Amino acid sequence: MARPLDWQLATVAGVRDETDTVRSFSLTLPAWAGHRPGQHVDLRLTAEDGYSVERSYSIASEPERAPEVDITVERIADGEVSPFLHDVVVPGDRLEVRGPIGGYFVWEASQPGPLLLVGGGSGVVPLMAMLRHRARNGAMNPTRLLLSSRGPGEIIYRDELDRLAATNDGFEVVHTLTREQPPGWTGYARRIDEAMLAEVLEPLDREARVYVCGPTALVETTANALVRIGLAPSQIRTERFGPTGT
Amino acid sequence: MTDRFVTRGFVGRRRDGDDGSTASRIPPGQYITRDFPVLSAGPTPRTPLDQWSFTIQGLLKQPVSWSWEEFQALPARDWTVDISCVTKWTKLDMRWRGVSVDTLLEGVELDERAAFVIAYSDGGYTTNLPLADVLNGQAFVAYEYDGAPLAPEHGGPARLVVPARYFWKSAKWVRGLRLQERDEPGFWESLGYHNRGDQWREERYSGD
Repeated sequence: MARPLDWQLATVAGVRDETDTVRSFSLTLPAWAGHRPGQHVDLRLTAEDGYSVERSYSIASEPERAPEVDITVERIADGEVSPFLHDVVVPGDRLEVRGPIGGYFVWEASQPGPLLLVGGGSGVVPLMAMLRHRARNGAMNPTRLLLSSRGPGEIIYRDELDRLAATNDGFEVVHTLTREQPPGWTGYARRIDEAMLAEVLEPLDREARVYVCGPTALVETTANALVRIGLAPSQIRTERFGPTGT
Repeated sequence: MTDRFVTRGFVGRRRDGDDGSTASRIPPGQYITRDFPVLSAGPTPRTPLDQWSFTIQGLLKQPVSWSWEEFQALPARDWTVDISCVTKWTKLDMRWRGVSVDTLLEGVELDERAAFVIAYSDGGYTTNLPLADVLNGQAFVAYEYDGAPLAPEHGGPARLVVPARYFWKSAKWVRGLRLQERDEPGFWESLGYHNRGDQWREERYSGD
C-alpha cells in the first residue's frame, strides 16, 4: 500500500488578484513532498456542522517554490467553493489541502525538445507552472503558449507572460481574444481552430510535446486539429475543466 | 469526530436537491452535476465501425471476438445508474444501453485461474478490475447514452461502465477485456490513483 496522501493544514500566505474574477492564493504547507508542474491539489472545506466539500485545483507555481504552492481560482458566480475563496479567505487563514495529484499532464525541464502549450481561460494555470519551472531552470527549448481569453482584461498572468517572453530564452506567447479586442489589436480574434494551430505550431517542429488545458470544446477542437495536422496522439496530453469546476 | 478541522467562515450551500431523497446517493466528497463533464488524457480516438471489434482474451479456452454488427446483435438492456468521477462530480440517473459483461462471458470457458480483468481501449488506455467486480450485473459495455449513440468524447462507440467504481474504471473507447491470474495496475492506477476506486470508501488515490 502506497503512502497515503494525507490532508494537511495549509496557511494562506498571500492573496493576489490576477483579473477581476481570478485570484491566486499562496499556500504554505507543513509537509510538502514537492510536485511536478501540471499536477493539482485537492482542497477540503468543512462547516461548523460537519458539512464538507472538496474540489481540485491545478498548482500554478513551480516546484522550486516548495513548501509553498500557489493555486489560481476563477470566481464562478453560482459556485459553492470559488466565491468562498474569493470573498472570505484572507492571509493567515488555514485550509485543508492534500496532494500532489496526477502524473500524466506533467512537463519537467529535464524533458528536451519543443513544447506547445494551449490554454483556454483558467486552463492556463497548470501551463503556467510549467513555464515558471522552465524559466527557473534556465531551459532554452523552443516553447510557445497559445492562450485563448475572452477579452484583454481577462488574460490571466498577462504581465508575467510578457516578462517571460521578453527574456529571449525561446519562449513566445500568442494570444487570441475571442469576444472583445482592444483598439488596434492585431492578434488573433477568434476561437482556436486548425488554421491558427498550424500557424502557431509552424516555428516549432512536428515532434513538439503538446499540453492542452481548458474547457472541453477547446480541448476537443485543439487535440482533434493537431491530430489532423499530423501529430501523433501520443504527443498530445490534455486536461479539461468544464462549467462544473466550481 | 472531535479532531475535525472547521474552515473559518465556511457555511456551504448544501447539496443541490438535498431534500433527503438524493443525499444518500451522493458518495463522500462528491457534488451533484447536471452536465456530463468530459475528462481524458489525450485526443479522442476515432475508429471506424467497420474496423471496430470487441475481444475477450487471456485466461480462457478460446478467445472470443465480435464485430460491431455482431456486438449490436447481442442481447442488450437499458441501465439507469449513478456515476461518480474522482474529480468530485456525481451524476444521478444516467441512462445507458449496452451489453452486460455477464452476457459477454456466457459460453466463454474461463480458466479457473482467471481472477482479474484488464480493460483496454483505443488510444492505449487500460484499467484493472477484479473479475468478481464486473460479474453479476455490475458492469456493462455501453453504446448508447440517453437514447442516442454514445458520443466519441464520452467514449463512443462503446465504453465499459462500472457504476460502483470511480468513473476512470469505466474505460472509454473500450476494445476488449484481458483475463489474468495476477492484478496489474492500469493507466491511472499507475499514476497515483487507487487500485480499486470504490467511491463509497472514497478510494481516490493510492493509499486512501
